[in-house]
Amino acid sequence: MIGLEIHCQLTGLNSKLFCPCRADYRGMRPNTNVCPVCMGLPGTLPLLNAAAVRSAAAIAMSLNCTPGERLAFFRKNYFYPDLPKNFQITQYDAYGNTSVGGRGVVRLGDRDIRITRVQLEEDPGRLSYEGGADGRATTLVDYNRAGVALVEIVTEPDFEDPRQARDFMNMLADTVESLGAADPHLDGAMRADGNVSVRGGNKVEIKNINSFHDLEKALHFEITRQNSLCDAGRAVVQETRHWDERRRITIPSRTKEAELDYRYFLEGDIPWVVMDNDTVRHIREAMPESVMSRRDRYIRYGIAPQVAAVLAADALCCRLFEESHTGRTARLIANLITTDFMGVMDTREKRAASRLRAGHLSALAGAIDGGGITRSQARTILAGLARDGGDAEALIREAGTSGDLAGVVAQVIQEEPEAAERARTNPPTINHLVGMVMRKTRGSADPQETLRLIREALGE
Amino acid sequence: MDLEAPAHEIARLVSAGSVSAEEVIERTLERMRDTERLNIFISTNPDAVSEARRIDGMVRDGSDPGRLAGVPVSIKDNICTRAMPTTCASRMLEGYVSPYEATVVERLRREGAIIVGKTNLDEFAMGLTTEFSAYGPTLNPRDPRYVPGGSSGGSAASVAAGAAAISLGSDTGGSVRNPASFCGVAGFKPTYGMVSRYGLVSYANSIEQVGPLARTIPDIVLAMQAISGPDPRDGTTAGARPVSDTEDIVDGKRIGIVRQMAPDSLHPGVRTVFERAVSGLESLGAACEEVSLEMVDYSVAAYYTITSTEAGSNLARYDNIRYGYGLEREGYEFHRYVAASRDRFGPEVKRRIIAGGFVPSAGYAGRYFLKALKVKSRLTREVNRLFGTYDYLVSPTVPVPPFRLGEMLDDPVELFQLDINTVAANLAGKPAVSVPCGTCDGLPVGVQLIADSFRDGPLLGAARALEGVVQ
Repeated sequence: MIGLEIHCQLTGLNSKLFCPCRADYRGMRPNTNVCPVCMGLPGTLPLLNAAAVRSAAAIAMSLNCTPGERLAFFRKNYFYPDLPKNFQITQYDAYGNTSVGGRGVVRLGDRDIRITRVQLEEDPGRLSYEGGADGRATTLVDYNRAGVALVEIVTEPDFEDPRQARDFMNMLADTVESLGAADPHLDGAMRADGNVSVRGGNKVEIKNINSFHDLEKALHFEITRQNSLCDAGRAVVQETRHWDERRRITIPSRTKEAELDYRYFLEGDIPWVVMDNDTVRHIREAMPESVMSRRDRYIRYGIAPQVAAVLAADALCCRLFEESHTGRTARLIANLITTDFMGVMDTREKRAASRLRAGHLSALAGAIDGGGITRSQARTILAGLARDGGDAEALIREAGTSGDLAGVVAQVIQEEPEAAERARTNPPTINHLVGMVMRKTRGSADPQETLRLIREALGE
Repeated sequence: MDLEAPAHEIARLVSAGSVSAEEVIERTLERMRDTERLNIFISTNPDAVSEARRIDGMVRDGSDPGRLAGVPVSIKDNICTRAMPTTCASRMLEGYVSPYEATVVERLRREGAIIVGKTNLDEFAMGLTTEFSAYGPTLNPRDPRYVPGGSSGGSAASVAAGAAAISLGSDTGGSVRNPASFCGVAGFKPTYGMVSRYGLVSYANSIEQVGPLARTIPDIVLAMQAISGPDPRDGTTAGARPVSDTEDIVDGKRIGIVRQMAPDSLHPGVRTVFERAVSGLESLGAACEEVSLEMVDYSVAAYYTITSTEAGSNLARYDNIRYGYGLEREGYEFHRYVAASRDRFGPEVKRRIIAGGFVPSAGYAGRYFLKALKVKSRLTREVNRLFGTYDYLVSPTVPVPPFRLGEMLDDPVELFQLDINTVAANLAGKPAVSVPCGTCDGLPVGVQLIADSFRDGPLLGAARALEGVVQ
C-alpha cells in the first residue's frame, strides 16, 4: 500500500506566511528575501497571512475535507540549520480538528482516496553543500525560502500502485493551479514523500523525491525492494529512506527521524483563527469548479463516466475540451481527447508541449460529424496535429480525397464481385482491381493507398 | 528642577519651555554616573542628549513634542532598541544590536520620551533577584546590601534612584511587580494582549507582557496611554484598547482578599503593611472580604512547567549561526557546534532549558506540561468566577520583604515560591499592579491589586486611590 505526504508551496500569494517578504524567492540572490521575522531575530513575532489561510482552506475544501472550525498553530521543535528559530510553526490536531481541514475523500479513477489532513505550515530555508578543495564540506544556508507558506496534504495508504499516486499528484497539481493557490510547475513548488508497505509489513517513508516522474520510479523501486526482502524471508525495517536521483534507488536516511521528539505545543503568538460559516461560505463561493464537480458536469453532457473522470482531472485537456465542443460534439471531442490525444501524448509533459489547439478539435469533430472523414482518419490527422500543428482544414480536405478513393474502391468491389472473390483466394490477382480503380480515377489515385484500401475492404 | 519629579510634571515643564529637555537629560546622565556602583544599567544611550535637543527644538518651533516630552525613560535590556545593544544580560547576545526597534520603544519616543539607557535583568528575564546577570547583580537603591528584586531589577532600581522617571520592564511571572515592591516604586503588568510584545525578546510568550514602572501611579497611566493598544505587528493585541483617563474610585467597590496569598505564614512585617493597605481601601468605602483561590497552591509549579517549556523553544534560536559572538565554525558538525556555542548561557537559563526539554517530552507531557495547562485553565476559571462578584483582588505583592544579596541563590525551589502571589495574574492573563504601601525595617513593601481582563484603566484608578490613602 502507498500513502502520500505532499507539500505544496502557496506560490500564488504575494508574501510569506508570517512576514511581508516575497513568496516568490526564485532567482533571487541568497539571503536577500529575508526580514527580522523570517530570520527569527530576537523579539520578532509571526503575523499570520490571512490570504494563506483562505488559500489553504480552499485546497482542503477542493479535496472534500471538513474545514477546521477553529484553527490553531503549533511549534514543532527540532534543531536544524535551515530553521531560523529551530522550531517550525505548523498545525497539529492536539485539541480536536484545529488544522485547515481533514477527513476528505477524493474519487480517483475507480478508487476512493482518503485525505487524512490538510495543514498550513512554514517552509524552512535551503541548504547547499560545497566541497572544499581540501575535501572538507561546507554547508551554506539560504533563508530566502524560510517562512514561505506550505500546505501539507496527507493521504491514507489508499494507493495500490505508483501510477495511481502519480495520477493523484496530477489531479492535485490541477486543483491548486485552478484555485490560483500555486503554480505546480515551479521547481520544488510541489514535493511528495511516499509511505510504502507491502504484504502487511512495516512502513517505509521515502523522502527527497523531486518530480512526479521520480515519485513513480521511487515507489516502484521501493515496492520491488520490499517484495524481494519478503521473498527472501527477510523483514522490512521501519525507516526513512532517501531517493537517490542519480542512482535511481532508495537509500537509508542518515538521520533517525523516528527518534526525534518534537515537543509539539501551542504557538501562543498566533491567536486562534475562527472559521465560522460565513468565512467558509465566502471561501467556497470564490472557488472555481472542482475536478469532481467538473466531472459530474461532463457526465451530464452525455460523456461516459470513465471518460469524464479522465478528462476532468487534466487541466489542459479540459481547456481544449471547453473551447472546442458545441454541446452536440461534446461526446465526440471528449473521446478524441481522452483516447486519441492522450494516447499519442501519454504524459502531461508531452501534452504541455503539444501543438494541438482547440480549433483543430472543432474542425475534426465537424468533419467526422458531417461524414467528411472517418473516425480512423481523424485519429491519424490528430496525431499529426498534436506533433506538428498545422492547418486542420487542409489536412481534412486531403483526407477527404482519400475518402473519395475509399468510395471508388467500394464501388469497384461491388461491380466486380468475381474479381473480388478471386483476389481473396489468389492475392496476386488483386492487381486487376487496382487497375480498375486507376481507370475510374483516371490515374489520380495513389497506387499504394489504393492497394491498402482494397485489402482493407476485402477484410484482410 | 527635581529629578524625583513625576514624569507628567517633567513633560509639562519641558513642553512649556520652563525647563529644557537637554538639562533634564544631562542631569539624568549625571545621576546614572553617580549611581554606577548600583550596577543598574548595561548600556547608556549615546544619542540621549542630541535627542533631548531635538525635543527642545520642537518646543521652540511651537510644534507638539508629545505627552512625554523630555521624560527620561530606561528600557529593560530584553526589549529591542536600535541605538544600543540588546543583550538580555546574556553572554550569548553580547554586543547584539537589533536592526529594528520594539513597538513600545517607538511609541514612547513618538511621545517625546528620551531613552537614557538599557537596564540590567536576570538573564533572559529568568529570576527574581537580578543576580543571574552576566553583568553582575544590581543593588537595591534603598539599601545596597539588598537585592532589587527581579527580573526587571535594573528598571525598578533606575526609577527608585532617580535615573529614569519611567522604565519599561517585562512581566512573565511577576518580573515587573516584584522589583517594584522591593524598590518601593509602582509597577504594572497589563492584561495579556494589551501592550505589543513586538521587540520584547520572548521567554514565555503565552503569558508575558511589557509593563511600566514609575514612582507614582499617574506616571504608570501616562506610560500606558503611550504604549497600549493594538499593534499590527503583534497578532495577540487585536483586542486591545488604549488605556484612557482613569477615575480613582474605590467607594462601593467589592475587593476580595485572596486567602492563599496572605496565609498565616506571611511575613509579619509584610502583614502589617498589607493590613494597613486593606484598612485604607475600606476607609475609602471599599467592601473587602476574604476569598479563596484554590489553584494558587499549584500555580507556581504550573508556572515553572509552562515557562520552561516555552523558554526551551523560544531560546532554541540562539545557535550562534545567523548572529551571536565569534566562535570558529571550522571542523564542527552542526549539532556539536550548536551545543558548544550554547555553553554561553548562564546556569539559571540552562536549568530552565533542560527542564523545558523534559516536561513536554513524549511520555512525560501528561504528567507535567499538560497537567500544568490544566491548572492554568482551572485557575483562569476560578479567577473569572471571582470577578463575577468582586471588582478587584488584593494581596501582598511578595510574601517577604527584600532580602540580602546571595541569601536565596542556593535554593531555587524556595526562591521560586516567592512568585506565589504574582504568577496567577500571568497564568490567567489579568492586569495586576504593585503599589508601594509602606516599609518593613526600612525596606519597601508593595501591595498588589488584580482586575479582570481589559479593566486596566479602572484598576490603575483603584491603585491611585490606594497610593493616596497609604501616603
